[in-house]
Amino acid sequence: MFEVHCPYCNEKRPEIEFAYAGEAHIVRETKADELTDQEWAEFLFYRDNKRGDHHERWWHQHGCNMFFNAVRNTLTDKFVMTYKMGVKRPTKTQIKAAKNGK
Amino acid sequence: MANNKAPYRTAGRGNDGSKTINFTFDGKAYQGVQGDTLASALLANGVHLMGRSFKYHRPRGVLGAGSEEPNALVTLDRGKGRVTPNIRATVLEIFEGLVTRSQNAWPNLKTDIGAFNNIFSAFFPAGFYNKTFMWPKSFWDKVYEPIIRNMAGLGPAPSEPDADVYASVYGHCETLIVGAGPAGIAAALTAAKSGGRIILVDENPVLGGSLLSVPNDKIDGLEISKWLANSIRTLQKMRNVKLMTRTTAIGYYHDNFIGLAERITDHIPNITPGVSREKLHRIRAGKVILAQGAIERPLVFNGNDRPGVMLASAAQTFQSRYGVAVGNAAILFTSHDSGYAAVFDLADANIRIPIVVDVRDEIPKDIRAQAKQRGIEIASGASISKTHGSTRINGVEIYSPSTGAKRKVNCDALLMCGGWTPSLHLWSHSKSTIKWDDEIAAYVPDMPNENAVCAGACNGDFGLLAALKGGNKAAGGRKTYKVTARNFGAGTTFVSLPSYIDTSKQKAFVDFQNDATQKDINLAVREGFASIEHVKRYTTIGMATDQGKTSNLNAMQIASNAVNKTVEQVGLTTFRPPYTPTTYGTFAGYRTGDLFEVERKTPMDGWAQEHGAVYEPVGIWRRARYFPKPGEDMDAAVARECKATRDSLGIFDASTLGKIEVVGPDAAKFMNLMYTNPWAQLGEGRCRYGLMLREDGYIYDDGVVGRLAEDRFHVTTTTGGAPRVFRHMEDYLQTEFPHLDVWLTSTTEQWAVIALNGPSARKLIEPFVENIDLSPEKFPHMAVREGTICGVETRLFRVSFSGELGFEINVPAHYGRAVWETLFEAGKKYAITPYGTETMHVLRAEKGFIIVGQDTDGTVTPGDAGMEWAVSKKKKDFVGRRSLKRPDLVASGRKQLVGLLTENPKTVLEEGAQIVADPNQSIPMDMIGHVTSSYWSESLGHSIAMALVMYGFDKEGEDIYIPIEGNTHKAKIVSPMFYDPKGERLNVV
Amino acid sequence: MKFSASSLFANALSGHKKWPEQFPNKEPKKRYDIVIVGAGGHGLGAAYYLAKKYGISNIAVIEKCWLGGGNTARNTTIIRSNYLFDESTAIYDHAVDLWDGLSQELNYNTMFSKRGVLMLAHNVHDVQSFQRHVHANRLNGVDNKWLSPQECKKFLPILDISQNRHYPVMGGALQMRAGTARHDSVAWGYARAASQLGVDIIQNCAVTGIRRSKDGAVKGVETEKGFIAAGKIGVSAAGHSSTVMDMAGLRFPLESYPLQALVSEPVKPVLNCVVMSNAVHAYISQSDKGELVIGAGTDQYTSYSQRGALHILEHTLMSICEIFPIFKRMRMLRSWGGIVDVTPDRSPILGKTPIEGLYVNCGWGTGGFKATPGAADLFAYTIAHDEPHKINAPYNLDRFVTGRLIDEAAAAAVAH
Repeated sequence: MFEVHCPYCNEKRPEIEFAYAGEAHIVRETKADELTDQEWAEFLFYRDNKRGDHHERWWHQHGCNMFFNAVRNTLTDKFVMTYKMGVKRPTKTQIKAAKNGK
Repeated sequence: MANNKAPYRTAGRGNDGSKTINFTFDGKAYQGVQGDTLASALLANGVHLMGRSFKYHRPRGVLGAGSEEPNALVTLDRGKGRVTPNIRATVLEIFEGLVTRSQNAWPNLKTDIGAFNNIFSAFFPAGFYNKTFMWPKSFWDKVYEPIIRNMAGLGPAPSEPDADVYASVYGHCETLIVGAGPAGIAAALTAAKSGGRIILVDENPVLGGSLLSVPNDKIDGLEISKWLANSIRTLQKMRNVKLMTRTTAIGYYHDNFIGLAERITDHIPNITPGVSREKLHRIRAGKVILAQGAIERPLVFNGNDRPGVMLASAAQTFQSRYGVAVGNAAILFTSHDSGYAAVFDLADANIRIPIVVDVRDEIPKDIRAQAKQRGIEIASGASISKTHGSTRINGVEIYSPSTGAKRKVNCDALLMCGGWTPSLHLWSHSKSTIKWDDEIAAYVPDMPNENAVCAGACNGDFGLLAALKGGNKAAGGRKTYKVTARNFGAGTTFVSLPSYIDTSKQKAFVDFQNDATQKDINLAVREGFASIEHVKRYTTIGMATDQGKTSNLNAMQIASNAVNKTVEQVGLTTFRPPYTPTTYGTFAGYRTGDLFEVERKTPMDGWAQEHGAVYEPVGIWRRARYFPKPGEDMDAAVARECKATRDSLGIFDASTLGKIEVVGPDAAKFMNLMYTNPWAQLGEGRCRYGLMLREDGYIYDDGVVGRLAEDRFHVTTTTGGAPRVFRHMEDYLQTEFPHLDVWLTSTTEQWAVIALNGPSARKLIEPFVENIDLSPEKFPHMAVREGTICGVETRLFRVSFSGELGFEINVPAHYGRAVWETLFEAGKKYAITPYGTETMHVLRAEKGFIIVGQDTDGTVTPGDAGMEWAVSKKKKDFVGRRSLKRPDLVASGRKQLVGLLTENPKTVLEEGAQIVADPNQSIPMDMIGHVTSSYWSESLGHSIAMALVMYGFDKEGEDIYIPIEGNTHKAKIVSPMFYDPKGERLNVV
Repeated sequence: MKFSASSLFANALSGHKKWPEQFPNKEPKKRYDIVIVGAGGHGLGAAYYLAKKYGISNIAVIEKCWLGGGNTARNTTIIRSNYLFDESTAIYDHAVDLWDGLSQELNYNTMFSKRGVLMLAHNVHDVQSFQRHVHANRLNGVDNKWLSPQECKKFLPILDISQNRHYPVMGGALQMRAGTARHDSVAWGYARAASQLGVDIIQNCAVTGIRRSKDGAVKGVETEKGFIAAGKIGVSAAGHSSTVMDMAGLRFPLESYPLQALVSEPVKPVLNCVVMSNAVHAYISQSDKGELVIGAGTDQYTSYSQRGALHILEHTLMSICEIFPIFKRMRMLRSWGGIVDVTPDRSPILGKTPIEGLYVNCGWGTGGFKATPGAADLFAYTIAHDEPHKINAPYNLDRFVTGRLIDEAAAAAVAH
């Protein structure tokens, strides 16, 4: 059970307060009618499933009730950073900086 | 003064006032002293034979003196529900009246029939079972496997529910120190000064670790016992230090999360009821100092498993810590200087040392001198080629490879020392890395993956001084120590000990418990199992209950030697939690029986219980299923409840329905996106049935939604669906629709819900309702009003899940029972009848209303369920809309929800029964659907069913067949609206 | 050398010194007709069937680590086929057919033990769902029988069927032809049999890339031991399938989760079948060595760390103790983690990919072991014919586009 830093509470809390909510930055197309079935399937089901730094969402279910984003390394399970919903996907440079900051 | 006459009890203990303890082993009574383990007490009585090995049933004595013990496993019997198999005699503390038994032997430990396996062991090498038992094929099921299974297992299987209780807690500290030997204690003394919370844990009943086995050493001028006592007193006085004995650090998890298993009652003669037997501590530590020490390595030679052959350090511990001589004449067989410390201690306690056999040619001068001083002969450059004896060693054959000479020397104990293996278990659990150290021929810590550090022998720093310094340094200290101790020295690793006997003829054990030998490893390698994980799995080395603590490194060296590679090249087997076997109950903690899972009860649950309800679990709720009268079974009760409701009035507890308050200026917009239905035009005070899809287009949930105000919706969900619907809504609101100004609040537990159904429903509530006009004109079907009932605020819904005039009375939860009782009392004049979920199901099925999760599963679309009417054609977007256009969701031939009437009206189909068009086809049959709901309808006088059937909507009026075991039912496809299709009963005045 | 009681006897007399290597570890050739990526049971089995049934022996099986060391070595060895949908029944029952006889086929005892799988129902929903399975199975010719609580107790006397519990036993579905097998032996048996047919097994050789020609078809694999040309590539890499597909530039509908399992200390026989409980989240059997083998749940997040969390084990063991209060005093000996690749409908992907010459067998989630011989056989068929067999045809990628999912879990809340 690792610890997760909630960017809204600004606190590290145990994993069991949180619910994993899948890969982050998958934008739901509002004009979905214009998408082909293949494109829609990719939105619904296709995932990076990244080995390494993975962008993902978490929900502070038993806390502030907020969804937020995180970068976590799936090889070590260590979080690199967490950030609020709506913040742009961090660049590789930002991720590197966050790692060095630790 | 105790009078302990155990023959091998040496001076200093047993006669020094220690309390005598009576215990039994295999029915025979023995005496030990307070502080003994079962192993030390049995050894004191001259008993070495304590167990039988797994595969060949070879007689075995103790190998070690601690938790690494592979051989001496016993069953502890503390009475009914308290029989524990496979306990290591070396860690089992004796107490007055202790009853223990040997295991894996029949008829008894001394004469074990299973030992015939040993005679034919040549035919059962590692992996033999892969090569045989294949012919004839039918013999596997009927003959071979049953025989193999009969041989399975070590200790007896449990037969009674555990009589004990267990506990679990969370804890936090700045520094967790694992292992209270010299390194751990030095670390604790240093770390404690920082003021942070310190936890020091040790698996033994007393603190001290290796210090307990070296009474003659000195630290800073103090005798070990004195230094240890002072240190413990210092730590005990500090309020920031917690000392935990009999506590094993079992696993090292993410972010310095450590599991500790504390044993509380296993050593206490009388168990107080209610006291936990064990407790799981889950500790989040700022920093972890691992001071787990090292485990001595056995030597791998022919006959190294006879009772009486043991690790040198174990003999030293039995001697020095327990005051027990492991024999009268002990030979040492060593490749490492440290082995001498043990025999010197034994010699100083007047145990005869016939000879020391040292594989090395060169032996340090000081050791030679000390041996000479004690008159101990050293045979250097020599080996042991054989051991003699059956259930106890009585001699060895010493072989000199340089001359080829052999000689027999008698003994009753053989101590072996093949170097030391640092204990890296927890370090490795944490995914920290390790590296090979050629000098000590073992793995040592490399890079940490957590805030952790190793200190002392587990870091490869051997000897008392190194341990103290390592512990001190690990905690940030820079103290120097003055130590008087035997030099730990150095050693050489001999992968293959010299012998004139061909290795294929030797019985040189690597994994003692699993009877895996050197030749098994060679066979594995010969057969192409070159990676250490392959060798381990092929030979089962390291898979026994000691998890390879004494065998893994020997196996790696033998295997790497056999394939001509370095140890690192053959790979490292992974250390897996727990460190030592850990009771299931400890993991379960409090969460058993009534506390297994939260069981949610509604405010009216107690009333239902008092009125004889039979319950069913729904999600984590318990709900009243039916209210049988004396002599009624479920069918009779349900028939009566249904009839009473349709005739006059039924009362039903609907509190478990999920409720979510959707509030805000954009509430209607949000509802439009989350549900398939349109919401903008729904007037205040009106209700609508809402259908919710997942993004993939399948039905996710449903429920009635009431609009209380322009900006306020009272949403209901299915009982099981409430949490996931709330999450689903929050997810979309926060992630996809953050521009909408909406708040969501789960109110499931805030409202108690009383559903009244039946023609008398309005008449019953009329006298109790204030501020709501109940007339059908002012309060039509599918409307909601706020007012009071019985003087309590209410949200009153006029809705019906039964087809009858119906009301759902929402009142604040804590008034639920009072309102229910008031209405029930007043309802007696209308023959009010309480009903449960089963009747609710029948009533709704008679009307063709679906239950999400029963008539639909995760593969049913609104179209399949005949609910196109609930899907807005005008809305440009709602969750799931795009998916409904996917090719397979619009394809023909989908299963559609229909009603069924059986040919024989009395036949109630089984729910889940499959439907075919042609009952005469052969198996496998073409199945075109299945029965989703099926009941006896008392109101209609015949059975009814709902089913999902391919092309179902087009097949109305057609016959289909339901083949069941030994019979086939015929049924006709009909509309699922069985009862009052025009809905006239809603309009009762 | 053929394995038999007599060869065992003869070798015993010669000190077991004459056994040949079961599966020589080869250095890669420059070119193969077919390269299989991943030497687990599925990959080795596919190579075996390609060689045996289609006469293609110029095959390499390339393994990053040691053969049979992934999920083949890490599962709880349950084998069953009592699934709901025709597609699932067909593929898993095909596997069970092959399991039965696999020891003789491979001349390697894989110890398939038909001791029965009993799935317990604890609430009304379970009963409905299991009965739906039982009916569908019967009409599909799959043995699966509904047992009353008393019948469950008769079959498994240690079962507590008292009804005053939070999760009473309300019945069970029993598949007698189901059971367990010896997981390592499956990988080793296929490896040995494939080797004997000329297949090269190359261990400790990670694939680092997939090379494609200008027209897009595969040309071969880049590996730690250099480029290996291949006309066809079959990827059978379980939890790492996404990573390998990524090398070919393909994103996949897959996510990899940690899954833990654990065994107890060995005790005398007490549990002579496999017991599963979906409501309580427990599944358990007893091995031929006497260890209780228990499957835990997955962690909630994707991960390749092969490291699970403590609270998952706590939850699993409290569930086991709830069903079997007599096991509460048993002790956990060893726990470990694996990586399971899960598709959106929790059914596998077994067939062609958008890239010519690239085939995939992945997404088995927690169901991979039981499918081993069936999946391997069908994968071989698909590679050999460049088109799927009718049994695995529904397990295509296209179903995620059309929506023709095979979602057992959605249909019945049965996740494993």
